[in-house]
Amino acid sequence: MFRKLPDPPRHDRVTVHVDGHAVTVSAGDTAAAAVLASGLPYSRTTTVSGSPRAPYCMMGVCFECLMIVDGDPSRQGCQVIVRDGMRIERQLGGRELLS
Amino acid sequence: MTDVYDLVIIGGGPAGLAAAVQASELDLRTVLIDEQPAPGGQIYRSVERAERDGLAARLGPNYQRGASLAGAFRACGADYEAGCQVWQAEAAQGGPGQPPRQWTVHFTRDGQSRSVRGRHLLLASGAQERPVPIRGWTLPGVMTVGAAQLLLKSSRMLPEEPVWIAGSGPLPLLYASQLLSLGGRLAGYIDTTPRGRWRAALPHLPGALANAPYLAKGIMLRWTLLRSGVEIQHAEEIEARGTGRLEAVRFRTARGIREEPARVLLLHEGVIPNAHAAMALGCAQRWDEGQQAFRPETDEWAASSVDGLSVAGDAAGIGGARVAEVGGRIAALGAAHRLGRIGEASRDALSMPLRRERGRHARIRPFLDALFRPNRSVLVPPDDVLACRCEEVTVGGIRQAVSLGAVGPNQVKSYTRCGMGPCQGRQCAPTLAQVIADSTGQPVADVGYPRIRPPLKPITLGELATLAGEGAA
Amino acid sequence: MASADVLVLGGGTVGAAIAYGLARRGAAVTVLDGADDDARAARANFGLVWSQSKGVGAPWYQRWTLDSLERWPGFAAELAELTGIDLHYRRNGGLTYCLGDAEFDARRTQMERLRIQGGLPEDHARMLDRAELQSLLGRVRLGDRVTGAGLCPIDGHVDPLRLLKALHAALLRNGGTVQAATPARTIRFKGGSFTVDTPRGRFEAPRLVIAAGNGASALAEQVGLHVPIQPQRGQILVTERLQPMLPMAASGLRQSEEGTVLIGATKEDAGMDRGTVLAHAAPMAARAIATIPALREARLVRNWAGLRILTPDGNPVYAESPQFPGAMLATCHSGVTLAAVHAFDLAEAWAPGRLPDRFAPFHHRRFNVPQAA
Ligand SMILES: Cc1cc2nc3c(=O)[nH]c(=O)nc-3n(C[C@H](O)[C@H](O)[C@H](O)COP(=O)(O)OP(=O)(O)OC[C@H]3O[C@@H](n4cnc5c(N)ncnc54)[C@H](O)[C@@H]3O)c2cc1C
Ligand SMILES: Cc1cc2nc3c(=O)[nH]c(=O)nc-3n(C[C@H](O)[C@H](O)[C@H](O)COP(=O)(O)OP(=O)(O)OC[C@H]3O[C@@H](n4cnc5c(N)ncnc54)[C@H](O)[C@@H]3O)c2cc1C
Ligand code: FES
Repeated sequence: MFRKLPDPPRHDRVTVHVDGHAVTVSAGDTAAAAVLASGLPYSRTTTVSGSPRAPYCMMGVCFECLMIVDGDPSRQGCQVIVRDGMRIERQLGGRELLS
Repeated sequence: MTDVYDLVIIGGGPAGLAAAVQASELDLRTVLIDEQPAPGGQIYRSVERAERDGLAARLGPNYQRGASLAGAFRACGADYEAGCQVWQAEAAQGGPGQPPRQWTVHFTRDGQSRSVRGRHLLLASGAQERPVPIRGWTLPGVMTVGAAQLLLKSSRMLPEEPVWIAGSGPLPLLYASQLLSLGGRLAGYIDTTPRGRWRAALPHLPGALANAPYLAKGIMLRWTLLRSGVEIQHAEEIEARGTGRLEAVRFRTARGIREEPARVLLLHEGVIPNAHAAMALGCAQRWDEGQQAFRPETDEWAASSVDGLSVAGDAAGIGGARVAEVGGRIAALGAAHRLGRIGEASRDALSMPLRRERGRHARIRPFLDALFRPNRSVLVPPDDVLACRCEEVTVGGIRQAVSLGAVGPNQVKSYTRCGMGPCQGRQCAPTLAQVIADSTGQPVADVGYPRIRPPLKPITLGELATLAGEGAA
Repeated sequence: MASADVLVLGGGTVGAAIAYGLARRGAAVTVLDGADDDARAARANFGLVWSQSKGVGAPWYQRWTLDSLERWPGFAAELAELTGIDLHYRRNGGLTYCLGDAEFDARRTQMERLRIQGGLPEDHARMLDRAELQSLLGRVRLGDRVTGAGLCPIDGHVDPLRLLKALHAALLRNGGTVQAATPARTIRFKGGSFTVDTPRGRFEAPRLVIAAGNGASALAEQVGLHVPIQPQRGQILVTERLQPMLPMAASGLRQSEEGTVLIGATKEDAGMDRGTVLAHAAPMAARAIATIPALREARLVRNWAGLRILTPDGNPVYAESPQFPGAMLATCHSGVTLAAVHAFDLAEAWAPGRLPDRFAPFHHRRFNVPQAA
């Protein structure tokens, strides 16, 4: 949905994995930005009707960016800063809690 | 942490940063807690990084101002908890000889909860964009103009074409010009400001002219857009269309209905106070008819109706970045006086120039409020539009609950689940209040918002359980 | 002045159930309800339809509860048919988790006592040991300290908000009216009729039900009924929606049809203060995790507090005014559980005239019996 402007050379690049696909972003980007850059059409489906959603506000107030970050579900992706090697998964429907 | 701060500030935008600088100048032990990884808040988001890599200059001097504010904050000596979401603040009576209240503020970072204590709490939690409930607003590809601007500021990202903007107010214009200057392209710009608003705003023009730079900037932005060949049109009944994702935008102009292909549709109908925390903490609210939003009642020193709790910046009422900055300083003076750290005379003297400055920046506000007052269909959308994105409750569902005798927001919420999802009503409470008011003939001011409860941000049960202490779990 | 056959003061779980029960028998019922932000246990409760541990030492209340459980399936079906609202009522058994041996033994003793008191069959309720409980939960692992649970197969749960909405909708369907934000201020009795003044006008009816929850005592005084009622604060935690994981409701832990997990409820003496307090909420979360460790990962969406409406012994009071025939007070703690008997049995018993003698044990004169030292 979004494309990156070319980074200035001094910027640190980091690689994250969105649903298993490597995506290169800049240090300081958010997990939600990484999903938007990944080309995937949506970032979660709702627990009510399964409708697809993507980040809407990017400022922490809509909770449309809930995603699984390094195995930790229901994180607000627009408030999570990426780390090299971070695993980001889209959150589809309600979570299953077992252990 | 056994120490008690004098001042705990929530929010690292202009209001919070300036308050921290002012408080530190007065030797208050201060801590600032902010969700963002770096100082700046919404308007100056990522400003330090952008300044370093040259993006800031391209975004304009108003943005660059944030760099010096961030610098002053970094140097002021206040403690700084970055990347931390405050999820709860609780007041307890202080011990003998202490001010009547002491706050414990709980925040989470990377799944770990911690807390600080302080004698005075300042909420500087800023603004959020007004929800824009239109048909199809939940489709991926539809987002707010502010969201796109944040992606630009902090991630250097541009929307993929075709891009449409639909909205009203200064922000869409500003973003459109920033987008164009960075090589992005706009398929079209839909101005949703109702025709005739200029006439309503005209009486406020003299005040606005005193803010000539702001006004000139607005006119210039429009000019930039026109010159770049972007089609600007007045339209209403904006609708996002598509299956599973945005494919087209449809709207009605004076000449009829149009539908155009779209990949990204950016909406904006002004900003409203992010008053969630203030409401949860029980601050009395006042309906602001001009801004069509509730805001916490505050006195001239930013003190709320709750003892030991102040609210400053946009969280207390939309005023823009410069007003927020000055408001943060005034709030810090008020807090210092309440804590007995400065006398009345020096508080008043220190605040004089600040009040003058605020008056200057605030003068354009009535003009902007009148000009950009949102369209009725944004406030009271048609029945088939989703009011609550999280629980997927339609406007018609709200009306149906009203017809069963639920005439207040809490009862309607119980009947519909509107506002019960993870966003806790941040995206639907304004619509809920307006639709109930419309259905029952009450003023919105009397309807109010549903009761806000903790946590302010969802934490895990595990984090909560850690507060139960040793051996509990 | 608006008139009706019956005025019901209070539109919470209790008032709405009785009002619906009277309306379905043909009475013209008007409910006067309080303000939107009033304390309403109806909107704050846990939603158990429950008999375990109800009525210890009070067989009449135990019986009343069991009667309600028996009526509930028909009651829920009737409301669904009338209003189209599925109450999410599930009568698939209820558990009381036990942590440690002492809890297990205490639960077994109480269960047995209740079973004997009620003359109930062996299979009415029983204890599950840890292994049985674990196999019931399937893939959801029990915490190490769980020793077992009490199980009562006829217990269950309901969405209390859907119940409240359906009761109101069903009342309207039966020709009743609800006056929201119209609290009763003064009650007068003249010429065989009650006149109730509210900020939104005067209402009149020959019969009156006072079911105003924590507001009931003050109103009842006006008709010569002196019923001591105390609020007790209860905090509840609710998580995000999760995939189904808890096969049946438990005391203090249940999963709603939507998938949210509810954890509750504290017992606090805080007057009418509905604030939440972490010092009490946190241990509740800790206990839930000790029971089902996977819950550690669940996100808390909301922590609220409601006020229970408690009589001195915690059991219901249904009492008629001696001076003013036609006025009745109804209050109880487990208004969700008792909703079916309120709508059916209580309304039926009261509709033709005075409450029959079998309701005598529910009268509040029981509190005036001097306690032996
Ligand atoms: C998208 C957008 C664009 C805008 N553009 C302009 C513009 O171009 N020009 C202009 O004059 N004004 C603009 N405004 C208004 C501008 O945001 C404000 O005037 C200014 O930022 C207000 O400053 P503040 O300090 O009150 O709050 P903010 O700058 O909003 O800062 C609030 C901070 O508090 C943090 N916060 C909130 N809740 C919590 C919590 N629970 N825990 C921890 N931290 C929390 C937020 O993350 C944020 O960092 C814009 C507003 C928005 C929403
Ligand atoms: C935390 C908690 C958990 C609970 N869990 C369960 C459970 O699992 N199972 C169960 O069966 N029960 C449970 N309960 C109890 C149950 O919720 C109550 O028994 C039931 O809701 C009481 O209904 P009520 O109508 O008496 O009072 P409420 O629901 O409190 O309603 C009182 C009504 O009276 C109105 N009112 C007040 N003053 C006036 C006036 N002057 N005039 C007119 N109207 C007035 C109010 O506006 C309100 O609508 C729980 C309660 C709490 C607090
Ligand atoms: S995109 Fe709205 S909360 Fe993250």
